[in-house]
Amino acid sequence: MAVVNWFRKHVIAIVAFLIFFFLLVPNFVVVWMSFNKPSGKYNVKWEKFSFDAWKNPLDDGILHDPLMLSLEIALLATLVATVLGTMIAFAIVRHSFKGRGFVNSVLFLPMAAPEIVMGTTLLALFLNTFGVSFLGFKSILIAHIMFCVSYVVITVKSRLNGMDPMLEKAAQDLYATPWQTFWRVTFPLVAPGIGAAALLSFALSFDDFIITEMTAGNSVTFPYWIWNAVQKGIPPQVNVIGSLMLIITLAGIAVAEVPKWLKTSKAH
Amino acid sequence: MSAPALADEAAEAMAAGTTVAELRADKRVRRRRATLPYVLLAPGIIWLVVFFIVPMWSIVSTSVETGDMDTGFVLSWRWANFGDVWSQWHQQIIRSLEYSLMCTVFCLVLALPLAYFIAFKAGRWKNLLMALVVAPFFTSYLIRTLAWKTILADDGWVVHAMNTLHITPLLSGMGWTYSDNSVLQTPFSVVCGMVYNFLPFTVLPIYTAMEKIDPRLHEAGQDLYASAWATFRKVTFPLALPGIVGGTLLTFIPAVGDYTNAVMLGGPKTKVIGTVIEQQMIGTGGNIPYGAALSVLLMVGTLVITLAYIKKAGTEEIV
Amino acid sequence: MSKDTDTRPRAVSERGRARVDTEAGDLKLVNVTKRFGDFAAVKDLTLTIPQGSFFALLGASGCGKTTTLRMVSGLEEPTAGRVLLGDHDVTRLRPYKRPVNTVFQNYALFPHLTIAENIAFGLKRRGVKDIKKPVQDMLDLIELSHIGARKPNQLSGGQQQRVALGRALINRPQVLLLDEPLGALDLKLRRQMQIELKRIQTEVGLTFVHVTHDQEEAMTMADTIAVMNMGRIEQLGSPTDLYENPKTTFVANFLGQSNLLPGKVAGPVGEHLQVVLEDGTRVLIPAARNRAGGEEVIVGVRPEKVSIHSSAEDVPDGHNVLAGGVVTDTSFVGVSTQYVVKGPYCDEFGVFVQNDGALIHRPGSEVVVSWDPSQGFGLDGKQDIDAGAEADLEAGS
Repeated sequence: MAVVNWFRKHVIAIVAFLIFFFLLVPNFVVVWMSFNKPSGKYNVKWEKFSFDAWKNPLDDGILHDPLMLSLEIALLATLVATVLGTMIAFAIVRHSFKGRGFVNSVLFLPMAAPEIVMGTTLLALFLNTFGVSFLGFKSILIAHIMFCVSYVVITVKSRLNGMDPMLEKAAQDLYATPWQTFWRVTFPLVAPGIGAAALLSFALSFDDFIITEMTAGNSVTFPYWIWNAVQKGIPPQVNVIGSLMLIITLAGIAVAEVPKWLKTSKAH
Repeated sequence: MSAPALADEAAEAMAAGTTVAELRADKRVRRRRATLPYVLLAPGIIWLVVFFIVPMWSIVSTSVETGDMDTGFVLSWRWANFGDVWSQWHQQIIRSLEYSLMCTVFCLVLALPLAYFIAFKAGRWKNLLMALVVAPFFTSYLIRTLAWKTILADDGWVVHAMNTLHITPLLSGMGWTYSDNSVLQTPFSVVCGMVYNFLPFTVLPIYTAMEKIDPRLHEAGQDLYASAWATFRKVTFPLALPGIVGGTLLTFIPAVGDYTNAVMLGGPKTKVIGTVIEQQMIGTGGNIPYGAALSVLLMVGTLVITLAYIKKAGTEEIV
Repeated sequence: MSKDTDTRPRAVSERGRARVDTEAGDLKLVNVTKRFGDFAAVKDLTLTIPQGSFFALLGASGCGKTTTLRMVSGLEEPTAGRVLLGDHDVTRLRPYKRPVNTVFQNYALFPHLTIAENIAFGLKRRGVKDIKKPVQDMLDLIELSHIGARKPNQLSGGQQQRVALGRALINRPQVLLLDEPLGALDLKLRRQMQIELKRIQTEVGLTFVHVTHDQEEAMTMADTIAVMNMGRIEQLGSPTDLYENPKTTFVANFLGQSNLLPGKVAGPVGEHLQVVLEDGTRVLIPAARNRAGGEEVIVGVRPEKVSIHSSAEDVPDGHNVLAGGVVTDTSFVGVSTQYVVKGPYCDEFGVFVQNDGALIHRPGSEVVVSWDPSQGFGLDGKQDIDAGAEADLEAGS
């Protein structure tokens, strides 16, 4: 009876724990397999522990170009998408304008559209207007900015919505010009939201495959390289890069969450 | 400015008790305020229109071209391309719909308890747990999908456990796998990978909707003779419905076009429409108009569903 | 489910008056303790609330009153002790199986349901078949029949409060719990609802347990008040009893205001005790109203029991007299004038004088204060003399 009661009380926690397990186990497998020394070309089956892949993370330079291309595109796409998206978020939250429904739909559709549709439509546009030679760095960048903007808008918008508009009124009451109000009050308060939006853009762009494949031409980004490698053989170095990305993310979460967590635990 | 207009302005200034100069300055400020939102919106929205809306037209025109790779394709308005692609690939289209439907159902079944737990039971762990849900986003999903190949390998402990528990014969009996001691390269492994990849997209909107629910409403439900389950059905579920519908949409539609899971975790028998499009557009298929026609079918289908949703629920909830 | 948890709806008569439930009994808490980690919110509480009474749990925020309420409703499980409804132990019973309903602090109305649906919620959950009539009767009782089809967010605060009340009342619970039910209303509406609540309680005859930090609210409505402090009950009694005969400095300060002056008992004088205050002044307190066991005593007197005079000659015979004071603050509040007097006996001695047209003493005036010895009381001198004074401020803010 006691066991049944305990189970009833905690059933939701148990289920949630199992789902977290399902969500996080592949990440640990990625890290674990980065220490593998596969005998063949495919790093799928555990064979032997080794630091080889970590000592040579770029696989003798093979991974250098795809990684650099992905980083370059992700940084540029993040920069442009964050600026464009933040401007839209401000317009939506702080201003009234005609065509709000249209703007909302144009922002929502890219998030709900299948990636293959966005990829092929863009490919058709580029082929019809510029020809095959246009495909490459520029076309990938254009595509990445396009699908990142919506995510920037929702992230910044939610931060702006959570902000007390009276703060800006108070600043103006205290002799701040609109320009000063923006830079001294609004921007510092919204900055964490913009930062989060930029991080999200970077991750989305760096990780994108389907749209990239459609618009890449002969350029090869990191995910595209992995995709091709699946057919030919995957070195454990891919897992090393994946592990590094995971470690950076977890460190980021720790830096952001642990101080808050300590604060609340002290308060109790 | 014409003379009568100037006179009008002077009269207006008189009526308002100000000078003409002040009136002009005031109008300038107001005009600037009125145009500011459009200035803020223009760059981003134009980008989206040019690279998201306009390409929709491009793909439609491409889908009715004819020709081949060597001589090039010309716009011939051959609508029969659509009939061709349907008769040739309707099996893959139906399979894609099946997979994404299953994926959506499983995602919902997992997302509801997870979002519920984080929103109402996690207390001060809430943000940390939500961060863990989205953390996988930050490691390449192709690498993570590959990890499922290791997890579900024939000689791995997962398949061993499934054999011991007689789950593998059950799955193959249902037609989700093809043999009694292997799960890779089957619809089961493909849907498993899809659920894994799309689950965060289902959880996020549901969590956002649930987090807005006052936890005291649960107490009120319990106080008014509703068990935990009845409270969920009568209070939590209806209040979280916008998020549930949004999460379903954000899972089902992207899942229809996904082909990475089908290729990496599936086999020849799990070919989906995305793979066909990929092959026709940039791969060995070589018939771009056919690929475009399939894309148009997918685009129109998903657009209809999405617009129906927007019309019913509005976009403010999610965007 | 045990048969004891039977919560059949009891008929509501034409006029909305309840049949008093005779099978129900008193609500009893026996040695109840609730801990949250290291913090004990409620400490070994034993309390009996008679059936049909209007009972108030009064205290500052964090005193354990809401935790006590939640243990009765089942939303919190006691760490130790038992909760009984009549002879029935409900300590471990789940909230949805208890014949107890709550009016929540911010009402917790279901935003997706109409007013009528909110009210019908409990009956529906218990599988009651014919709910149309009881719902209509309840809407009539709370005077909201005309807007039964609206959603909660279209209602004013007072209307929402009535819906929350109706939603709980319709189930005819053995005990109705009210958690700061008027806290979100403005002063005028609060007064109105206080009278309304009292009327409804008398009409339906159910046990009401009311949690509040507002002493005036508790005194207006409750038959019995339990003043809670740091997880314990400081004093329990009728509003007049608590006000006139506070047992501790906390109650004296928290319930209304008190002038408290430390001193030492010198000896009995007839029915009185003579006390020497710190400045040497001798005053009398009724021996029967002295709670101090030992020599150290705190003399207390309510500000409205004190009179104020320009010179000692005006003092009536037999009064306790405190001379040498100066008015430091005068506030005219219409019905009365409230003075703060600084003297050798006390830095802030309060005096409330009813507005009978007499002279108003300006700040700086030298005054003598006095009171009839029978109006004073004595408290144990070993207590913190300021206990409850800050708590009141905190709760009020």
